[in-house]
Amino acid sequence: MASRPLRTRVNGTALERTVPDERILLDLLREDLRLTGTKRGCDLGTCGCCTVLLDGRPTLSCLTLARSAEGREVTTIEGVTPAEGLHPVQRAFVERGATQCGFCTPGFILTSVALLRDHPHPSREEVARAISGNLCRCTGYTKIIEAVLAVGGGK
Amino acid sequence: MASEASPYRLLGTRIPYIEGPLKVSGRAEYTDDLTRPNLLVGRLLRSPWPHARLRSIDVSAARKMPGVAAVLTGEKYPTTFGVLPITHDETALAVGKTRYIGDILAAVAASDELSAERALAAIQVDAEVLPEYSDPHVGLGAVAEPIHSRGLNGSNIQKEVHQHFGDVDAAFAEAAHTVRVRGTFAGVTHAFTEPLVTMAEATPDGRLTVWSATQVPHYLHRALSEVLGIPLHRIRVLKPEVGGGFGGKSDPLPHEIVCAALALETGRPVKMLLDREDVFLTNHGRHPTQNDLRVAADAEGHLLAYDLSAVIDGGAWSSFGTVTTYYNGVLAMGPYRVPNFRYHGRRVYTTKPPSGAMRAHGGTNVRYTIETALDELAEKLGMSPFELRMKNALPPNSTTITQFRITSTSFLACLKAARERSGFDEKFRKLPYGRGIGLGCGFYISGSNSPIHFTPKMPQCTVHLKADMDGGIAVHCMQADIGQGSNTLLAAIVAEVLGVQLERVHVVPVDSDVSPVDIGSYSSRVTFMMGNAARQASERLLALLLAAAHELTGYPAKQLRVREERYEVAHRPEVGVSYLEALHKAMEHSGALQASGAYTSPPMGGTHKGARAGTAPAYSFAAYVAEASVDAETGFFAVEKVWAAFDCGRPLNRLAVEGQIEGSIHMGLGQFMGESMNYRGSRLLNPSLLEYKIPTPQQMPEVEVLLVGADDPEGPFGAKEAGEGPLVAILPAVGNALYDAVGVRFYDLPVTPDKVWKGIERRRAEGTPWKGT
Ligand code: FES
Ligand code: FES
Repeated sequence: MASRPLRTRVNGTALERTVPDERILLDLLREDLRLTGTKRGCDLGTCGCCTVLLDGRPTLSCLTLARSAEGREVTTIEGVTPAEGLHPVQRAFVERGATQCGFCTPGFILTSVALLRDHPHPSREEVARAISGNLCRCTGYTKIIEAVLAVGGGK
Repeated sequence: MASEASPYRLLGTRIPYIEGPLKVSGRAEYTDDLTRPNLLVGRLLRSPWPHARLRSIDVSAARKMPGVAAVLTGEKYPTTFGVLPITHDETALAVGKTRYIGDILAAVAASDELSAERALAAIQVDAEVLPEYSDPHVGLGAVAEPIHSRGLNGSNIQKEVHQHFGDVDAAFAEAAHTVRVRGTFAGVTHAFTEPLVTMAEATPDGRLTVWSATQVPHYLHRALSEVLGIPLHRIRVLKPEVGGGFGGKSDPLPHEIVCAALALETGRPVKMLLDREDVFLTNHGRHPTQNDLRVAADAEGHLLAYDLSAVIDGGAWSSFGTVTTYYNGVLAMGPYRVPNFRYHGRRVYTTKPPSGAMRAHGGTNVRYTIETALDELAEKLGMSPFELRMKNALPPNSTTITQFRITSTSFLACLKAARERSGFDEKFRKLPYGRGIGLGCGFYISGSNSPIHFTPKMPQCTVHLKADMDGGIAVHCMQADIGQGSNTLLAAIVAEVLGVQLERVHVVPVDSDVSPVDIGSYSSRVTFMMGNAARQASERLLALLLAAAHELTGYPAKQLRVREERYEVAHRPEVGVSYLEALHKAMEHSGALQASGAYTSPPMGGTHKGARAGTAPAYSFAAYVAEASVDAETGFFAVEKVWAAFDCGRPLNRLAVEGQIEGSIHMGLGQFMGESMNYRGSRLLNPSLLEYKIPTPQQMPEVEVLLVGADDPEGPFGAKEAGEGPLVAILPAVGNALYDAVGVRFYDLPVTPDKVWKGIERRRAEGTPWKGT
């Protein structure tokens, strides 16, 4: 397959590079750009660990061609994290014990950031639905939901 | 709840994980996040046959392919290994035979993935297909082609256990009531989110360095040394952050050894990341099991005897299987007094992915059967399920008939809390048809008393501390944080004892070059054993600091007390020195301060065969109530709420303990309501996270955690385990709640809606209404 130039933005920075057509977005991020905060849990679209935001929408980067990011904005966990301190969602995850092994956590945070942007005060059901594409094997989701609700002003 | 007011500054509060900020920012480093210059990609060729004799493996074409650095087959490393020294029956790659679909036949290291895959495709394997044995019952007798030569009398039995304590037959003869329950349990697997992954590098100084997603770095270290023939001190094992384990990263695994072998072969670093299907095939999950339990009780409901047997499907290897076989019996010995006990357990090799240790190993399936039987017994007796359990509860400072030493137990407090908070008595058999409430209980070992590898004379855990002039305290220990929060607890214990701020304490990532041995995260041993070792090390360091404070203040050390960052005279608090002043004074004599602490569990247990299995320095206890609703038309059911009363002694980090309980409930519910390793013959049909059904956030009930434990006399600051015991009680609590809802018993797991619907229909057809319906 052919390689062609890809023009996209990753975490607010313009990126231009030649990328093979079949290159997967997750590989571009992890292998080429060394943005290893995006995790590879299954490579099959079944765990949500590879979730990134594509123009703000949660997207499974393991099922997405890098090419799909052409002219769009990719946000990874590195892009959510402020230069100093943590994003409120990140802080809530730490303080409320919503991260245990942490492998699922970047995916959950990106999903939650997108949810809270569109629904600043979600209900418990809305949070549960929003995160249902992300697998966590450690927490039983209890504290993840609590953390997201806390940021949204619920409890 | 009890012990809410903590005498400790940090311990007993809600302590966020110290590495939390790294995890939430994607900066925590897991093995696959690491790289090395000139890195090769390792790939495995797996057996397509469940059972076959290998005639030849031709790798000559593969070796010549572009980008290929090495191709490896089994004969180079024929040394057997396994997690238990008594049952070494694995090889890194198949030698002579393949024993399940997924056994490793060959391995390739290449410059990139595609070259590695092409090389695998070019390997020619000639094999003679042998009979497959997917049903453990077939392997109970002699078979044409035993899977292993070590099977008993030409069968596929890996381990057989006969135990008899007291006189079970006499007990049944005098029993007023008996109950018999048989249960069949599908295999389940850990499904941690981080796939199995290892990176290895052999360097010209003759050393081998291995980074791996492991929960027991020390056993990996030993297996590498044994199989590769390299002395332990020439191998360096590092454990980066690990994305969950639940038992599935506790055996030394073949791909870890193969990855290291490829590094030796090539002289270059090699990384081997298993894909999700390979992770399912590596398995080592909970054993598919069939239990048969008879319970005898007197007219008042005192338990007289258990007569128990189990057939356990081991898959292709031994793994922890000898322990599993014992555990399936002896973990029936709590939380009740059972004066007579007989057990016959058989673990049988099959040509399927190996079973092993999974969270609440050996204690989960038998617990479901027991608690279901007790629910039936209570009904026969016309007694509340709570009354029956209270009547039979093991008291503190007692001994089971299997010679387990029960020291602390707050089981009665668990029962009381769960009963009251759930309003059980107002709801039991009184909720409308389709709604039900149920009780399930359990107990679990708080650290296996028997270290797998050494004589009890060597400590199970050692902790080293170093305090230097910067005021930071480095903590070294090979304990493996796999997400359960042991790094945080380790730091908190050190900070608590020394009186310093938590951020002064730095837990150095596991590195066998500097971390003193701890035998890892399994058997719920870390809080208890590491906690005690850390406490001892910290107290020894504190003694050095207090001696310096004595020099500075003139007051004897025993009159000094520890305050935050300060040591002051108890009766003259205005006289004191800061932590840093004391530290720098102490350093005048020795430079950086060092201290070491260790833990060895005390002698315990009987002298009968297998007496060590199930002995632990303490046990956790649980009483869970679940409320569930059932849609009688479809069989779909939902668990609405769980009241989880748990005795982990004193909870040292409430946030972490709650997290363990909530996560355990989720995992236990998964096994109850749908998780199942499905096979056609020996072929695993659902090796993906899509087809292996883990409960969604919407299926997760509200959980009310009730921590009611009293201090354990030997646990660190009174603590016991909270990592595995919280799992076992949820399954029977839900099963018994479904019975209360629709009057149907479910003995076999998982319980899927079709089974519920069939049960309801059967009951209707029999014309036996339940709660008026
Ligand atoms: S890695 Fe993309 S969904 Fe699992
Ligand atoms: S914290 Fe481990 S998978 Fe979510």
